[in-house]
Amino acid sequence: MTLGVQTRAIFGKDLRIAWHGRARSAAVFAFGATVLLLLSFAIGPDSATLAKHAPGYFWIALLLGSVLTLTDAFRVETEDDALDHLRVLAVDPRALFLGKATATAVTLTVLAAALVPVAGIIYGVGVYGSWLHLVLFVVLGAAGLAAPGTLYSAMTAKARGREVMLPLLLFPLVIPVLLAAVKGTALALAGDPMGQVPSWLGVLAAFDAVYWAVCPLLLGAVIES
Amino acid sequence: MTATALASPEVVQTAPAPLIVADGLSRRFGDRWAVAGVNLRLSAGRSLLLAGHNGAGKSTLLHLLAGLLRPTAGTLTLGAPGRPRPSVGLIGHRGGHWQDLGALEHLRIDAKILGRRFDPGAAARLLARVGLDGRGREPVRQFSAGMSKRLSLARLLHQDPDIVLLDEPYGKLDHDGTKLMDAVVEELIARKKALVMATHLVNHVAHRLQLGLVLDGGQMSWVGPAADVPAVLAREEETG
Repeated sequence: MTLGVQTRAIFGKDLRIAWHGRARSAAVFAFGATVLLLLSFAIGPDSATLAKHAPGYFWIALLLGSVLTLTDAFRVETEDDALDHLRVLAVDPRALFLGKATATAVTLTVLAAALVPVAGIIYGVGVYGSWLHLVLFVVLGAAGLAAPGTLYSAMTAKARGREVMLPLLLFPLVIPVLLAAVKGTALALAGDPMGQVPSWLGVLAAFDAVYWAVCPLLLGAVIES
Repeated sequence: MTATALASPEVVQTAPAPLIVADGLSRRFGDRWAVAGVNLRLSAGRSLLLAGHNGAGKSTLLHLLAGLLRPTAGTLTLGAPGRPRPSVGLIGHRGGHWQDLGALEHLRIDAKILGRRFDPGAAARLLARVGLDGRGREPVRQFSAGMSKRLSLARLLHQDPDIVLLDEPYGKLDHDGTKLMDAVVEELIARKKALVMATHLVNHVAHRLQLGLVLDGGQMSWVGPAADVPAVLAREEETG
């Protein structure tokens, strides 16, 4: 009961903060779009190669954009000791994690939804497979980045050089998520004649389940230290 | 660490069941004991003035009482065993606010976290009481330090905790804000809150609070009536 109430309160609070800071969200979107553009320049005018690797470039752009979003996730709690206030209010660390990570997952999903058409235009790809599969991979992929990202955001919130520390810790951990999301997105875009989508969805969901089950239990120790 | 031989500030046996019981409460940072062997009993409706020089351990003790720090040694018990844990409220050095949100949003979020119904009218009246009338939707980032402190006061009153911890509550407040804080402190004590205040303004609050505890190097150096704290500190300064 309390866990659910507090989770909803933290989730709503973070969405409000994201809404008030929508100029920052727009900057993150511009950053992601710039990464997509730069990758297309790096590959050159070979449209076949661009289209073939578009899912990978899309997820790299989203991963880099997520670092900016995640850096902010706990900055808002530490810049005026708001986290201390939440702890004095006896907020369950699991509720704090679930509320913040869910809000981050929603933010990343919106960012991904905004980047999809940009990637489609730059790389000249369309959805020839399944929109539903694309949505599923985007949502599960965003959730897979949000859970460990929120935990590491808490760990590095007060660290010097947190902008460097966060990706250094996060990137190795999310390789399986990235792999499954890229493969799944490619199948969703190009079609899935071999029926591989369910297995990649299973891989992604399994990693999400592990992250979302374990990370809430670790946050208490992280913020106490 | 040296355990203090001083008794708890509240040893009157007739006092009601204590809300705060600290026994040998200690906290070490590295090889330095910030708080060492503090004994404390405080009941509902009782107030404690925490005094001492900079670095004496006042803020660390408040953080221990608030549950923000885990004791290195000793025990802290809030409330009676088998009873619901009393709620704690803290006004610290920093506001504890989300800078992009407005004052009303803070009260709304606090209410949701506490599982209470949010009453916008009551929240607006509370903000008016602390001098933030008409500023409820302004982002806290635009607040002055004094306004941020007033919002902390509003959030504390809105939370209505059983145990109130105040760390330099008069800091950054103007004359009106100081009078407001005085009134709130007296009201909280009258409403049977257990109140602990750490401040350097001992002359200002000594007659408002009941008990006094002077810390020196993290240890209890004196306990007694709050009214005697200014004289004790003056004597300590004279003797160096």
